[in-house]
Amino acid sequence: MITILVDGIAYGMLLFVLAAGLAVTLGLMNFVNLAHGAFAMAGGYVTVVLVNRVGIPFFAGLPIAFLVSAAIGFVFERTLYVHVYSKNPLDQVLFTIGLVFMSVAAVDYVMGSSQVFVQIPNYLKGQFDVFGISIGRYRLLIIVLCGLLTVALQFILAKTRFGSRLRAAVDDSRVARGLGINVNWIFALTFAFGSGLAGLGGALGAEILGLDPTFPLKFMIYFLIVVTVGGTSSITGPFLASLLLGICDVAGKYYVPSLGAFVIYTIMIVVLIWRPQGLFSRVGSR
Amino acid sequence: MMSKYVTGAVAALALGALATGGAYAQGTVKIGLIVSMTGQQASTGKQIKAAVDLYMKQHGDTVAGKKIEVILRDSGSVPDHTKRLAQELIVNDHVNIIAGFEITPAALVAAPLATKAKVVELVMAAGTSIITEKSPYIVRTSFTVPQSAVIIADWAAQNKIKKVVTIVSDYAPGYDAEKSFTERFKSHGGQILQAIRVPLANPDFAPFLQRAADAKPDAIYIFVPSGQGGTFMKQFTERGLDKAGIKLIGTGDVTDDDLLPGMGDAAIGTVTAHMYSADHQSAANKAYVAAFEKANHFRPNFMSVGGYDGMHLIYAALKKTKGKADAESLIAAMKGMKWESPRGPIEIDPQTRDIIQNIYIRKVEKKDGQLYNVEFETFKAVKDPVKAAKK
Repeated sequence: MITILVDGIAYGMLLFVLAAGLAVTLGLMNFVNLAHGAFAMAGGYVTVVLVNRVGIPFFAGLPIAFLVSAAIGFVFERTLYVHVYSKNPLDQVLFTIGLVFMSVAAVDYVMGSSQVFVQIPNYLKGQFDVFGISIGRYRLLIIVLCGLLTVALQFILAKTRFGSRLRAAVDDSRVARGLGINVNWIFALTFAFGSGLAGLGGALGAEILGLDPTFPLKFMIYFLIVVTVGGTSSITGPFLASLLLGICDVAGKYYVPSLGAFVIYTIMIVVLIWRPQGLFSRVGSR
Repeated sequence: MMSKYVTGAVAALALGALATGGAYAQGTVKIGLIVSMTGQQASTGKQIKAAVDLYMKQHGDTVAGKKIEVILRDSGSVPDHTKRLAQELIVNDHVNIIAGFEITPAALVAAPLATKAKVVELVMAAGTSIITEKSPYIVRTSFTVPQSAVIIADWAAQNKIKKVVTIVSDYAPGYDAEKSFTERFKSHGGQILQAIRVPLANPDFAPFLQRAADAKPDAIYIFVPSGQGGTFMKQFTERGLDKAGIKLIGTGDVTDDDLLPGMGDAAIGTVTAHMYSADHQSAANKAYVAAFEKANHFRPNFMSVGGYDGMHLIYAALKKTKGKADAESLIAAMKGMKWESPRGPIEIDPQTRDIIQNIYIRKVEKKDGQLYNVEFETFKAVKDPVKAAKK
C-alpha cells in the first residue's frame, strides 16, 4: 500500500518535472508547444551518450542534460519560436508538431530506433526496506530531487525579481516593455529554463519510462493532461495535478489492472467537466 | 468498403497486365518488401532488411534464370500504410511476392489482397497463429507466439514451477501468448494465480509488477512486444523480485537479441523459449552472425532470421519451379520445403503453410562481457500448437 503510494508519488513527480516547462510556456506565455517532449528526449539522449559512452558519472550527467536541453531550447526560441508567438494557436500547433516529427526522425537516424537505457550507479538500484515497506531507491531519488526543484521553481516565480518581471511581461507585455523590462529576453530565458527542466525530466525518466525516438509522441498526451487538469496559471496547479495523476494511475493499475489504463483519462474527463479551467486555477484569472 | 478496394485493385491489375503484356516473362521476379523502417517497429524492419540484403549479397540476384528484384517500402509501423503499399506494389509494380509484415495487423490487412490478386504473401515476422489461415497464399518463415508459449509452459511444469502470474500486453499476440501458456500449464497441474494484461502503450510497469509480486508466485510469465522488454526487466530487478526468488520466464521476445546488450545485468537468469538466439551453436549460425555483424553494426535477432529464411524459401522455390513465379506454383513448391537455417532445421508445414522448427529453452548469461540467450534444452520440430489443436 505504502509502496504503491511512493511509486505513485515518484511517477507523479517525474511527470511534473517533464511537464512543468510546458505549464510555463502554455500558461504564462500562452504558447502551445507540443514539441516540449522533444526537449525531454534531447536531455535523455544526452545523458545516455555521456554516461554510457563517455563514462561521466550519472549525477554529473543530470545537470549537463539540463544545460544542453536549455541551450537547444534557447537557440530554437531565438531562431524559430519567436516568429510564431503572435500567430494563432493552430499555426503554433502545426509548427510544433512538425518539430516533433523532425526530432523523432533525426534521433532515429542518429541514435537508432531501439530503446536505450542510462546506466545508473549500483547504489541507486534495488530497494530500501523500511519497517517492512519496500521503497525503490531510484524512486526515492526522484521524489527528493523533484521536490527540491518544485520548491525552487515556486520561489523563483513568486519571490524573485525575475519572477515578478516574468509575470508582468505575461500579464501585459506592452506595459511591461514600457516599464523597461526586456520582454523578449525574459521569454527566451523562461523558455530555455522550461526546456532544461524537460531535459532533466527526460534524463531522470529514461530509467523508468524507457527512452526511444518516439518518446515525444508517447508522452505528449501525459504532459497535456497534467497541464489541462492542473490549470496553467500557477506552478502549484500542475504540481498537484501531476501527483494526483501519478498516484491514481499507479494505484488504478495495481488495484484494477483491467481498467488501470483508463483511470488517468477518466480523471481528466471528470475534472474538465467539473472545472473546465483546470482543477487548481483561479476562476477567471485570465 | 474493403472489398470494393480489393476489386478495384484486381481490376486495375488485370488492365495493367494487359498493358504490359506479361512483364513476368521477361525474366524478373519482383518481391515487394513491406517493413517498417520508421516508427515503433523500426528495429524489426531494419533487421529484416539487413537480412534480406545479406542473403542476396551471399547468393547473388539471379536464380533459375530469373533476376530477383526487391522493392523496399516503409510502412511506418502503420497497418493502413501496409495495405496501401501492398496494393500499389501489386497493381503498379506487378510484384510476384509481397513480403515482410512486422506486426500481425499488417499481415492481416494484406491477406485479402494476396488472395484476390493471387500473389504470395510471405510473412517474415508477425507471430499470431491465425495469420496463415487468412489466405491460401500466405507462407510464414518467422514463428508463431504459441510455439514458444507452449514450450515454456512444458519446461516450467518440469522444473518445479507450480504457481505463476502471467503478464501480457493487451493485444492479439499477447492473448495468444497468455492462452497457450495458461492452457498448457494448467494441463500439467500448474496454477495461474493472476492473469494481468498491461496496456500496449504502457510507460510504467511498476504497479503491475507490484501486484504480481504480492501474489507470491514461483515465477512470472511475461509477454511484451519486442522493444518493451528492457523497461520491464529493469523494473523487475528494481523491485527486488529476483532476490525474492521469483523466476522470470517467457517467450523470447522479451530478451530480444537486438535489445539484450542494452538491458544490463538485470536480464541475467531470465529463462525463455524461442526459435532463435544469436548464440545458437551451429556452423551455419556462426557464419550467419559473423557475416551479419560485419555488414551491419548490430547483432542479428529472431526477426532477422525470418527475413533470411524467407529469402531462402523464395530462392529454393524458384529453383524447384524452374523460374515459374505464379502464386500457385510457388506455394506448391514451398509446401514441405526443408532446410538448415541459422536457427537449426526448419520446414514449411505442407498442410498449414506455417513453419515447423525447434524451440530452444535459453537462459540469459554473460559471455565475453556480452549478454546472450544461451540455449540449454531443445524441443524438436514444434508445429504451431493452435492449428494442431484444431484438427
